[in-house]
Amino acid sequence: MTNIVEVRGLTKRYDGGFEALKSVDLDIKKGEIIALLGPNGAGKTTLISTICGITRATDGTVSIGGHDNVTDFRAARNLVGLVPQELNLEPFEKVMNTVRFSRGLFGKAPDDAHLEKVLKSLSLWDKKDAKVMMLSGGMKRRVLIAKALSHEPRVLFLDEPTAGVDVELRKDMWDVVAKLKADGVTIILTTHYIEEAEAIADRIGVIAKGEILLVENKDDLMTRMGQKTLKIELAEPVNAVPAALSEYDLTVDGEGLLYSYDTQTDRTGITSLLADLQKAGLKMTDLQTRQSSLEEIFVSLVAEKEGAE
Amino acid sequence: MNLQAIRSIYIFEMARFFRTLMQSFISPVISTSLYFVVFGTAIGSRIQEVEGVGYGAFIVPGLIMLSVMTQATSNASFGIYFPKFIGTIYELLSAPVNFLEITIGYVGAAATKALFIGLVILATSFLFVDLHIAHPIAMLAFLVLTCLSFSLLGFIIGIWAGNFEQLQLIPLLIITPLVFLGGSFYSVSMLPPIWQTITMFNPVVYLISGFRWAFFDTADVPIGLSLFAIGLFTAICVGVIAWIFRTGWRIRQ
Ligand SMILES: Nc1ncnc2c1ncn2[C@@H]1O[C@H](COP(=O)(O)OP(=O)(O)OP(=O)(O)O)[C@@H](O)[C@H]1O
Ligand SMILES: [Mg+2]
Repeated sequence: MTNIVEVRGLTKRYDGGFEALKSVDLDIKKGEIIALLGPNGAGKTTLISTICGITRATDGTVSIGGHDNVTDFRAARNLVGLVPQELNLEPFEKVMNTVRFSRGLFGKAPDDAHLEKVLKSLSLWDKKDAKVMMLSGGMKRRVLIAKALSHEPRVLFLDEPTAGVDVELRKDMWDVVAKLKADGVTIILTTHYIEEAEAIADRIGVIAKGEILLVENKDDLMTRMGQKTLKIELAEPVNAVPAALSEYDLTVDGEGLLYSYDTQTDRTGITSLLADLQKAGLKMTDLQTRQSSLEEIFVSLVAEKEGAE
Repeated sequence: MNLQAIRSIYIFEMARFFRTLMQSFISPVISTSLYFVVFGTAIGSRIQEVEGVGYGAFIVPGLIMLSVMTQATSNASFGIYFPKFIGTIYELLSAPVNFLEITIGYVGAAATKALFIGLVILATSFLFVDLHIAHPIAMLAFLVLTCLSFSLLGFIIGIWAGNFEQLQLIPLLIITPLVFLGGSFYSVSMLPPIWQTITMFNPVVYLISGFRWAFFDTADVPIGLSLFAIGLFTAICVGVIAWIFRTGWRIRQ
């Protein structure tokens, strides 16, 4: 698969001297949906803004569809749609007019039929003549999306598109995203909802303190999430894994033992483990299973990163 | 050249103007009428002719200039300041447009509004005084040039301004005094010699003089000099705007 966006050594130092991006490298594949996860202040918005040309890079390059975003900005930006995190909208203007404005700004000939399609897909058609300031927050966010879609981008950046959007609409929005993907649009979204990344992304990137910690296929991550642990509470605590049980993947955990196993395989080994535990004369008081979630992977990655500083 | 973008910005900005059409027209009409009542009729009737023109008629070009300059500046400065203030500037910065297209869109709209207002004032003055325009084409050309150059100035102010106070400050502190002292209501030749010299450093003098020449065929400074002054002023503004967009000063971090 070819890369539609290539970020190389991208560094952003704000005027105060704060380094919000530290030599970031990122490839975005044509047609994929990539979700960027990261805590507040990680640099997600800065990364998107710098790719889209809203902030200037201190160092490094960005190419979109093979066009440098500075030296060949017109060709690069023609491909890009951006939905910002903040609800930046002209309050006194009608929805339809703001969407028309966006289309024109990107050099596209007027096409109200297309705009109608976009507004309908976002359940905004009945609001087309309403003034922006009379809309609710979730509606305003959809107007921002409509503006970005008005000029038929091939690469769409969504900076927290579902923040402040109710559950039902969030699902609608995922459908919109799925449709865009089916049309071949590449989508980069940031989110704080891990379920969201799980639900729609092909790949997941984790960013913290201006650095990309990981970019991985969601499925690979899911396999890691397939790891389960069985916690075995014992009546009498042990200091080490008993020699009789050495062939199992066991670790000592406080009062008991932890057994890691893979749910994807046919045999988990639980039955034989429990039998062998009894043979070894250990008394169990409780059993507990736990599954590591994407959230945990995410949290531990970020904690590692922060611990390292 | 992204002509669609220019067109979109222009239409979007003009829509703002039409939304507030009543305020846009009523306030200049009322203030002009007041000027005519006070200066034209009440005081003007006791003032002898200035350079062969009745005082009421003599102040028309200055009145139009006064309104056009302040309107052009405030329209253009607000036009670009507002997107900065509410954050919609992100769209301009991420769109495939260059500084020239953005400037033409915003400045074009601001200049159009100022031109409308100038023409409304001109029409209003016909109600109060007997006017003959000696060089109508030149008059219109001067009016358009003034609208454009002061819209460019306003555009710069709007980008520079960090808050609404600053947005108001420059027009109030610089433009209004320059216009009042630029011979809107008198001929420079009416001043004592030392002030005549000082006045020559006021760029507005050249504009008002040229504009008045188009009406009455009399001028404080040669018409060529007026044209040169307005051309120079416009060129400086365009240069500053090009620099602003190249460096991202106050708009792109
Ligand atoms: N204009 C600015 N000037 C100085 N520092 C800034 C500016 N904008 C952002 N920052 C800093 O850069 C860092 C990254 O901010 P950014 O908005 O990119 O984070 P984010 O990952 O989008 O966070 P969130 O999840 O809260 O949206 C933060 O520490 C922030 O304080
Ligand atoms: Mg953000």
